[in-house]
Amino acid sequence: MADHPRHPIRQDGAASVAVAPAPVTLALPQARVRRSLGQLLEREHVLAGVLLAPTLLILLVFIAYPFAIGLWLAVTDKVVGRPGNFIGLENFRVNLNDAIFLRAFQNTFVYTFIATFLKLVLGMAAALLLNHHFRFKRIVRAGMLLPWIIPTVLSTLAWQWMFDATFSVFNWMLMHSGIISKRILWLGDGVLAMGCLIAVNVWRGMPFFAITLLAGLQTVNPDLHEAAEIDGANAWKRFWRVTLPLIKPIMLVVVLFSMIATFADFQLIYVLTRGGPYSSTHVFGTYAYEIAMRAAKLGQGASISLTLFPFLLVVIVFQLWYIRKND
Amino acid sequence: MAVRAGGPLRRALTFHIPLTLVVVATLFPFYWMAITAIRPDTELYNVRINPFFTLHPTLQHFRDLFARTMFGRWAWNTFFIATVSTALSLACGLLAGYALARLKFRWAAPLGTMIFITYLVPPTLLFIPLGNVVTTFGIADTPWALILTYPTFLIPFCTWLLMGYFRTIPREIEDCARIDGASRLQAMVRIAFPLAIPGILSAGIFAFTLSWNEFLYALVFLSSPQQKTIPIGVFTELVRGDVYYWGPLMAGALLGSIPVAIVYSFFVEHYVAALTGAVKG
Repeated sequence: MADHPRHPIRQDGAASVAVAPAPVTLALPQARVRRSLGQLLEREHVLAGVLLAPTLLILLVFIAYPFAIGLWLAVTDKVVGRPGNFIGLENFRVNLNDAIFLRAFQNTFVYTFIATFLKLVLGMAAALLLNHHFRFKRIVRAGMLLPWIIPTVLSTLAWQWMFDATFSVFNWMLMHSGIISKRILWLGDGVLAMGCLIAVNVWRGMPFFAITLLAGLQTVNPDLHEAAEIDGANAWKRFWRVTLPLIKPIMLVVVLFSMIATFADFQLIYVLTRGGPYSSTHVFGTYAYEIAMRAAKLGQGASISLTLFPFLLVVIVFQLWYIRKND
Repeated sequence: MAVRAGGPLRRALTFHIPLTLVVVATLFPFYWMAITAIRPDTELYNVRINPFFTLHPTLQHFRDLFARTMFGRWAWNTFFIATVSTALSLACGLLAGYALARLKFRWAAPLGTMIFITYLVPPTLLFIPLGNVVTTFGIADTPWALILTYPTFLIPFCTWLLMGYFRTIPREIEDCARIDGASRLQAMVRIAFPLAIPGILSAGIFAFTLSWNEFLYALVFLSSPQQKTIPIGVFTELVRGDVYYWGPLMAGALLGSIPVAIVYSFFVEHYVAALTGAVKG
C-alpha cells in the first residue's frame, strides 16, 4: 500500500491514538477529531484491530476462558453444587484404573481409525463414480450429500429403528431371504454394536469425502491420463501413478479433518448405544458426558474430555505443518 | 479427467451397478424414516407384514407429535437460534476474514493460525467448562446459551472460508477505488464486500446447517421442554427410558430434516463450494 503514510514506529490500537496523524491540514478542531479517526482507520494495523475485535472477544470468552476452566476442573474434585478442591492428577490416576475409561480409550481409536479408513476408501470410490459424465449427475451428487446435511441425531434415530431388537428391517430382509433363522441383536453385543456405530459413521461421513475428493479429481488434467494411457498404463495404474499423487494433498487434509471429528464424536454414539451395552461402546466424548452430566462429577468428567487434547494437538500441529509446507 | 465409456456390459459392472448401490445405501435410511412416519402402529409392530410399504398411510403420528410434544415450539427455537448465530458469525467472520486476507499488520500470521486452531477444537473438549461459563453468565436454559456458543465453531469456519474467498478477489479493484478517493473502510464495504457475496452465501448456508444440526451443547445447556431445539426435543421427549415412540419419532425426524434439506437444495452449489473451500482454505 504505497499511498498510506507508514508510521516509523508501528504500534497497536490505543498507543497510536496519542500520536497525531502525519499529514495535518488546516481544519477546525471538531472536524479534526472526525478526520483523525478516519485517518486512524486508514492505518492497516488499526483497522485490522477493529475488524478482528469482535471475533477475538467471542473466541476469548467462549473458547480460551472455558479451556482454562477445563484445565482447572480436571485437577479438582468438583461435583455439581459443591466447590472443588485441588487434588493434583488424582482424576487422571482414577481414569487409568477405570476399566470403562480404558475401554473407551481403546474404542475411540478403533472407531476413529476404522471409520476414517472406510470413509476414505468408499468416498474415493464414490468420487471416481461421480467423476463420470452421466444423466442426472447433479441430482445424484446433491442426493449423495444428504446424510451429511440432515441432523445426525435424526438420521441416527432412523438407524436405531433399523437396528431394533425386534423390528429390525435388516433382520426382516435376512430372515425372508433365508440367510438367517434367528434374529440378530445388532446393538446387543459390544463388538457388533461397535460395528454398527462404525457403519453409521461411515454412512454419514462418506459424502464429505466423496464430494471433496471429487473436487480434487476435477482439477486433474485429463492430458496426463491420455499420456499415461498412450504409454500403456491401465486404469488401475493410472489411478495409482497419476491421479493419487496429484490429489494427495487434498486427500490428506480431508482425512485429518475427518479424524478430528470422528475422534471427538459424541452424538452418533450417544444416540445409537448410549455407550452400551454394559458400557462397552463408550468413547471419550460419551464417557465424559456420562461422568460429568449424569454422575455430576464435573472434575472427573473434565479430566476425561481433556484426555482428547494431546491427541487432537498432534493432528492439528501436523495439519498446520503440512499447510505451511504447501504454501 | 472425464472417463470415457467402455462397452455397455463393462460400463454396467464398473459404473451403473456400483453407483446404484451407493445411491440406494445413501438414501435408504430417509426412505425408512418416511415410511415409518406414515405406517399405522398396528403395522409397525407386526413382524409378519412386509415393512417396505403400506396400504394404510396415516397422519396419526404427526398428530401425536404435535399433540404430545412442543414440536412447533422446538422448530421455532431451532430456526431462531440457527438464524441469529449464523448472522452473528457471518458478521464477525466477514470482518475478520477481510482483515486477515487483505491488511498488513504484525499479528496477521499468528492470529490466522490461532483462528484455524479454534476451528478444529471440537465441542466435546469444552462442553463441561462451557456449561459452567453459560451458568455464570445466567444464560443457561435460554436460546442465548446456544446463540453465543455456536459462534465458537461458526466464526472460525466463516473467517477461514471468507479469508480464502477474499484472496481470490483481485486487490487492484480496491486500489482503483482508493485512487478515486475512497477511504480504506469505504473500499472494504462498497467494493470488497459486494464482490464477496457468493462466499458469504456459501458460509451462511453451511453455518446455518451446522447450527440446525448441533446436538451436544443444546443437550447440555438446555433443560426445559419449551427451550429445546428439534434434535434435542425429539431425542429426549419421545424416548422415555427404554420406550421409543417410533411413529412420532420418525415423524419428528422427517419434519426436522425437511427444512435443512430445502435450504440445502436451493443452494447446493454454494454448499459444495463451502465444503470444499473449508478444507482447502
